[in-house]
Amino acid sequence: MKETLTGAQALIRALEHENVEVMFGLPGGCILPAYDPLIESKIRHILVRHEQGAGHMAEGYAHVTGRPGVAMVTSGPAATNLVTPLCDAYMDSIPMVGITGQVPTAAIGTDAFQECDTVGITRSITKHNELVMSAQDLPMVVRQAFHIATTGRPGPTLIDIPKDVLQNEMTWYWPSDDEVLDSLPGYRPNVKGHTKMIKEAARLILAARQPILYVGGGVLKARAAAVLRELAELTQIPVVTTLMARGAFPDSHPLCLGMPGMHGTATAITAMQKSDLLIALGSRFDDRVTGKVSAFAPDAKIIHVDIDPAEQGKVRRPDVPIVGDCRLVIEEMLKAIKELLQSGEQQADVGPWRSRVSGWREQFPLAYDQSEPGAALKPQFCLEKLRDGAPEGTIVVSGVGQHQMWTSQYWNFEEPYTWVNSGGLGTMGFAVPAAIGAKVGRPDKTVWAVDGDGCFQMTAQELVTASLERIPVKIGILNNSYLGMVRQWQEMFYDERYSEVNLSGTLPDFVKWAESMGCVGIRVEDPQEAEAAIDKANSINDRPVVVDFRVAEDEKVFPMVPAGKSNDDILLHHSQNARREFLK
Amino acid sequence: MSGNNPYGQDSQHHVLSVLVQNRPGVLARVSALFARRGYNIFSLAVAPTEQADYSRITIVVDLASAPLEQMTKQLFKLIDVVRISELDPRHSVERELIMVTVKATAEQRGQIVELTNIFEGKILSVGVDAITVSLDGSPSNIDDFMTALNQYGIVESQRTGLVALPKLDRAATASAAKSPKGKAS
Repeated sequence: MKETLTGAQALIRALEHENVEVMFGLPGGCILPAYDPLIESKIRHILVRHEQGAGHMAEGYAHVTGRPGVAMVTSGPAATNLVTPLCDAYMDSIPMVGITGQVPTAAIGTDAFQECDTVGITRSITKHNELVMSAQDLPMVVRQAFHIATTGRPGPTLIDIPKDVLQNEMTWYWPSDDEVLDSLPGYRPNVKGHTKMIKEAARLILAARQPILYVGGGVLKARAAAVLRELAELTQIPVVTTLMARGAFPDSHPLCLGMPGMHGTATAITAMQKSDLLIALGSRFDDRVTGKVSAFAPDAKIIHVDIDPAEQGKVRRPDVPIVGDCRLVIEEMLKAIKELLQSGEQQADVGPWRSRVSGWREQFPLAYDQSEPGAALKPQFCLEKLRDGAPEGTIVVSGVGQHQMWTSQYWNFEEPYTWVNSGGLGTMGFAVPAAIGAKVGRPDKTVWAVDGDGCFQMTAQELVTASLERIPVKIGILNNSYLGMVRQWQEMFYDERYSEVNLSGTLPDFVKWAESMGCVGIRVEDPQEAEAAIDKANSINDRPVVVDFRVAEDEKVFPMVPAGKSNDDILLHHSQNARREFLK
Repeated sequence: MSGNNPYGQDSQHHVLSVLVQNRPGVLARVSALFARRGYNIFSLAVAPTEQADYSRITIVVDLASAPLEQMTKQLFKLIDVVRISELDPRHSVERELIMVTVKATAEQRGQIVELTNIFEGKILSVGVDAITVSLDGSPSNIDDFMTALNQYGIVESQRTGLVALPKLDRAATASAAKSPKGKAS
């Protein structure tokens, strides 16, 4: 039975076939035809206030559900507004499908109204993109886009559709899995690790005396948290979780050393430096983790498991490279280790290593100075209160900067997919829309965004979207009236010469702004007020809440490895400097 | 002109033969990837293959800019890239084409024609005071030809960049060499 549809109808039906339940977007000229069949569709559409918000919402949704987020916007400026979220998703391997309108095919290349070279602009920040030139191609292109976004190393894809392609008629079809694969002969992600390499890795793991599991975001993408825990517990190897992997291993677990890297815990950083074997699982030796690469973990052999072959040897040459899906590879690794143990092989004694690591953990906990009575709130104190007051399973989202590092440091991540942030691209303004997307994806969970006052001002208007769509997110602004991380660098590395970092202690009035957007606004200026404000925020579930924590402007994030320095040159909180020798 | 020779003095060059799906924008994807990652392309030649769905891009890359392994792995990530062969000059056949317009007085014309014949080149066009010739051959052969023509004064020249295919193993069948399958990533 041949059924004739318009391109627009085919697009919406294709999205329904891909089980899209929600999309984030904003209509305009060239994408208009697609918005018409949307009226009859069961897909929920969330109307944003800025296209960047649609993109970050799609990312937040994808982060917490593991399903691809969908953002649909028009051509030209709308497409360019989607560029930041696409790049963010590309850097953090977030499955996302962007749909943009384009000027009619006959007008392409003529500098028509709201024309831009969307596929050209987004080529290097998408896993794949496609300009659709015929309505008949739409179902196949949609299937390809979802297939590519969600398999292998996940990432954003983009479909650019000229207006006439949406208006033209096509004969409906839905391609089979085989047809999709046949159409992509150059795309066959390798998910199963090489058996010989996995056995070699198992031998190295059993022989190591000072091993560390260096866990990255790939473990979450592969939904490998459970097998990771089994591997750690079987081998008693300590675990560090990178910024992208917070929650992949419970912070409360005795083997968990927290986050490594520029603002990681002294224990995680030092344990990696001193280790004799780094088992990198879905992590990519990011410069924020390694510090000066030539001085990074100098004595460590490397097992590198990653689904993207290009990550192997990009920064550090692995002794054992394994290309594959982290979950499948860890499962095979567990089998190989158990076989070796059953055949009489003994694991080297990691006891002394574990006690050395525990010693660091006792000597170098996270530290900050409590505020003097009457002095400004400390951001770390606010986070402790937020953390302690949060219902179990709360999802926490952050923007980028000091507040992000403090959140990663002070929150207790116990479950996977409870942490959403912008890691690779470092996109200020990510938190508010990403939190909205996360709440849409997991309406059963409390979603707290911890934001900075700088970040908040970049995308706050999406709280109007949240109020109107009844998406009750909670935003805690750690408001120090500064671009805090920039201020920290200027204080430490530019002789306290502060250049263009002061935002204003009086404007905007965040409480009034929140109220004007339909949210409850609460201001907290005194440590005594924090708990009650947080309790109140947690009790409100019919609208968004914004808590404006007025915090000390000169607080800095510690520990810190200055950019380009070796991880051995870690700067500690001043109270721990006297104990520095213990890190040797 | 020896700098133009991928295997001349500078051994930092390597040849990649890249089989791609013949789709709009594929050349832009490849060249954008090189630009974005800071890899230098020495020369690039592209044309459809015997199978209409595929094109072959022969790229001479500059290994001073990045390790070959990273270049091939990043290229592999492009969805349209089906297969990459690293062509070792010892195990491949290579050709390049050059067209050159050389100044030529009536007296010099005979010399240039003779030189071109020695190199097994072709005369394409003859003018009053210039002559256009072409030569296909190995890059070093073309370098030598250019050196020989230099004394007459070169008006214009255009090289195509290298194209190459793997040398056939005596045991290999033609279909095995042609199969687009076999990509692992």
